[in-house]
Amino acid sequence: MSIAEKFAAMEYGPALEDAKEALTWLDQHSRRFGHFINGTWLEPSAGEYFDTTDPSTGDKLASVAQGSPADIDAAVKAARAAFPKWQSLTPHTRARYMYALARQVQKHSRRLAVLETLDNGKPIRESRDLDIPLVARHFYHHAGWAQLLPQEFPDYTACGVVGQIIPWNFPLLMLAWKIAPALATGNTVVLKPAEFTPLTALAFAEICHEIGLPAGVVNIVTGDGSTGEALVKHPDVDKIAFTGSTEVGRAIRSATAQSHKRLSLELGGKSPFIVFEDADLDSAVEGLVDGIWLNQGQVCCAGSRLLMQESIAEPLIAKIRERMVTLRVGPPLDKAIDIGAIVAPVQLERIQRLVNQGIAEGATCWQPQTEMPSRGLYFPPTLLSNVHPTSMVAQQEIFGPVLAAMTFRTPSEAVELANNTAYGLAACVWSESINVALHVSAQLKAGVVWVNCTNLFDASCGFGGYRESGYGRVS
Amino acid sequence: MSVEDSRRYRTGDHATDAPSEGLFQDSDSPLAMLCGRPLLSNKGIPLNREWINQVRVNTSAVERRAQTHVVRRMVKKDWQAAWLLRAITCMDLTTLSGDDTDERVRRLCAKAIQPIQQDLVNRLGIAELKIRVAAVCVYHRFVETARTALQGSTIPVAAVSTGFPAGLSPLSERIAEIRRSVEDGAQEIDVVITRAHVFGGRWQELYDEISAFKQASGRAHMKVILGTGDLLTLRNVARASFVAMMAGADFIKTSTGKEPTNATLPVGFVMARAIREYAQETGMAVGFKAAGGIRTAKQSLEWLSLMKEELALSWMKAELFRLGASGLLGDIERQLEHHVTGRYSADYRHPIA
Repeated sequence: MSIAEKFAAMEYGPALEDAKEALTWLDQHSRRFGHFINGTWLEPSAGEYFDTTDPSTGDKLASVAQGSPADIDAAVKAARAAFPKWQSLTPHTRARYMYALARQVQKHSRRLAVLETLDNGKPIRESRDLDIPLVARHFYHHAGWAQLLPQEFPDYTACGVVGQIIPWNFPLLMLAWKIAPALATGNTVVLKPAEFTPLTALAFAEICHEIGLPAGVVNIVTGDGSTGEALVKHPDVDKIAFTGSTEVGRAIRSATAQSHKRLSLELGGKSPFIVFEDADLDSAVEGLVDGIWLNQGQVCCAGSRLLMQESIAEPLIAKIRERMVTLRVGPPLDKAIDIGAIVAPVQLERIQRLVNQGIAEGATCWQPQTEMPSRGLYFPPTLLSNVHPTSMVAQQEIFGPVLAAMTFRTPSEAVELANNTAYGLAACVWSESINVALHVSAQLKAGVVWVNCTNLFDASCGFGGYRESGYGRVS
Repeated sequence: MSVEDSRRYRTGDHATDAPSEGLFQDSDSPLAMLCGRPLLSNKGIPLNREWINQVRVNTSAVERRAQTHVVRRMVKKDWQAAWLLRAITCMDLTTLSGDDTDERVRRLCAKAIQPIQQDLVNRLGIAELKIRVAAVCVYHRFVETARTALQGSTIPVAAVSTGFPAGLSPLSERIAEIRRSVEDGAQEIDVVITRAHVFGGRWQELYDEISAFKQASGRAHMKVILGTGDLLTLRNVARASFVAMMAGADFIKTSTGKEPTNATLPVGFVMARAIREYAQETGMAVGFKAAGGIRTAKQSLEWLSLMKEELALSWMKAELFRLGASGLLGDIERQLEHHVTGRYSADYRHPIA
C-alpha cells in the first residue's frame, strides 16, 4: 500500500511497541523460572512446571514452577525467619528499601509494562500509563507511611507472616497493593501470583534481589489453586490477603474460620453506572469506555450495570453504540488499541456462555462490526439492553467487555436498583447537579463512588467493598 | 428499545426540505457521511432554545478525554507520512499580523502552491496527489493580492472579517466588511462573534448576528470564530457552537489566534461533539477549524485523530476540517524529510513562507 493509498484511507496502521527488551529478559532466564524463596531462586520440590502463554497469540512465554505444599512450607519458614529482624528495623530503614523498590520499578517500567501486556493481553497503553506508574506510586506512598508509623500508629505492631494471593487482571499492581503496605508495617510476605500471569511477579522478585532486600522478606511462590490452598492452610501464616473471585474468597473464609488467621478479601462486583438526565452524555459514554472497556472489562470494579434515567435512555444508547464502533480491538502491544486479548481460553468461554445465557433470557445483544484479529483470544465490546434486575446478566459478574443496560425513573429508584445486588464494590454517578450527585452517592452501598468519572485509583485512597465484594481495605 | 431515531429536539428534517433561497442550491449532493448517513451542507435552522438549554458539559471529564486521547491514538511510519500530508491539505496557511505587506502575502501564496520541496515530493512518491494547502487566510486588505498571486491554482482566499479579532465594530460596518471581501474575490470568510452575547445568554441576538453575516457572505464559505479563549467555559463553547450552526455556519472555528489560549483539545472535543449532534438532528454537516497555537506536526496528528474518533473520515478533508496555522507547515516538512532520510534537518533547509 503506497503513501498515496494511505492518504486516501486515513487509517491508523500498526503502532507496535517493541517487545525485544522483555523477551531478552525471558531468554536470560532460559524461559524457565523457579520460586523466589529466601532471596534465591529454588527449583520446585516436586520438579513440576507449567507454561504461561501470550493470550494474543497462544505462544508460550515461559515455564513456571508449580508450587507444592513443601514449597509453600519453605517460603513460610523463610518469611518467619526474616520477620523478627525486618520488624525491628527502624521505620526509616524499611522506608529506604521501599523507596529503592519504587525507583527500580520506575527504572524498569518499560520492560515491566511490555511483560505485563505479553502475559496478560491488556493493551500496552494501559500497562504503560496505568498499571506500572501506580505500582511505583504505591511503593513511594507506603515508604512514606513506613516512616510515619511510630507517630501515626503508636500502639500497632506488625501482624507477622502474611500470605497473599492475587488475581490475573492487574498482576503487578495487585502485587504492589498487597506487598507495599505489608512491608511498610513490618510484615514479611509469601505471595502467590495468578497462574495465568506470574511473570511480572517474578520480575519483581528479581528487583527485590537487586536492591538487596533482606532474604525472606518477600517470597514468591508460583502455582495454581492448589498452591494457594496450601498457603491458606499453612499453620504458621498470620494473615491471608486475597483478591479474586467471590467463590474462592468464600472458600478461603471458611478455611481460615477456625484458625487464628486474619483475613482481608477483595472480591467481585457488579458495579452500577448511573446516568441522570442532566448528565453530560458524551462524557458519560467516555466514562463507560474507561469503566467497562478498560482491561477488556476484566476489572472487579467495572461499571457493568448501566442504569439510565428513562428520559435520556434512547439518545444515550445511540451514543454508546456510536462510540463502540470506534473502539479498536487488536494486538495488545499496539499503542493505539483499546481492547486487547482475554487472559485465557476458560475466561473467553465463560464470557461467551454468560452472554448467550443473557440473550436466551431475552436480552438484546449488540456488537459493532469491528475488525477482529484472526488469532488469539478476543471478545468484541458488547451491549446488552432489554435487561431487568431479574436477568442473570444483571446479577452475575461477567468479567468481560459486556455492558448490561437498564432504566430507572427517579433518583430513589436509581439508588434502589443500584443497591439491588449481592455485591458492593464501586459505583459511578453522572449528573451535572451537585445535589443529585451528593444525595445519591451517600446512599450507595459501595466501597467507592465516583462522581462524573470512573476507575480512578490512587495509593492514598483505600479500596474494598461491601457484602460479597469482600471486607477490609487494600492499599 | 428503539434507537432508529436519535433526534431529541423535534427539529424536523431540514436537510430534505427544499432550499428556500437560491444561495444554497449547490448542496444537493451529500457533503459528508456520518454513521452511514449522507449529510448535506448546512442551511441553518430556526433558533432552538430548548436544545441550547439542554447542553451539559462536564469540564473535568472532557479534560480527561483530551488527556488520554493523545496517548490512545498514534500513527507511525508510512501512515504518519500520509496523515501529515493530509494535514497540509487541510491547512489554512495564515498571516494575520500588523506588519503584513503585499510582498509578504505573495511569499505566503508561493508556499501555499508548493508546500513541500519538489525532491521531497518525488522521494515520497506522491506527485500524483498534487499536495497543496486548503486556503490562504489574510486580512481584507490583502485579498486582492492573494487572489492574484494564487491565480492558476485552485486555492481559495479566506479573509478574516467583521472587525477581527475583537468583532466590536458596528454591525453595519462588519456586514459591509464581509461584502467588500467577497467582492474582492474572497471565497471564504472567517467571522468573529460578539462574545458578550454568549456571556449574557442572548442567544437570539447571537443568532441574528450570525444569520446576517451568513446573508452577507452569499456563496462564500462562512467560518464562525467563537473565541473559545475568551468564552472559557466549555458549556459556553458548546452553546455558542449550536447557535452558530443553527444560524447557518459552514464551519465553526475555535479562536482568533489572538486570545490568551487558543485551540485546545478539550475545546475541540466539545465542538466536534456539537457538530455530531447537530448532524444527527438535522442531517446537515458543519465543518470544524482549529486555529491558534498549533505549531507541531504531532499536534496536527492529534487534531486529525480527534476528527476521526468523534466524527468521521469526511471531517479529515478540507471540505470539513481546517487547521489554521502559520508555523505548522515548517515542522511538518521537517518531519516528512525525517521520514524519507531518517534524519532531522535544520529548519533553514526548508523554504519559508
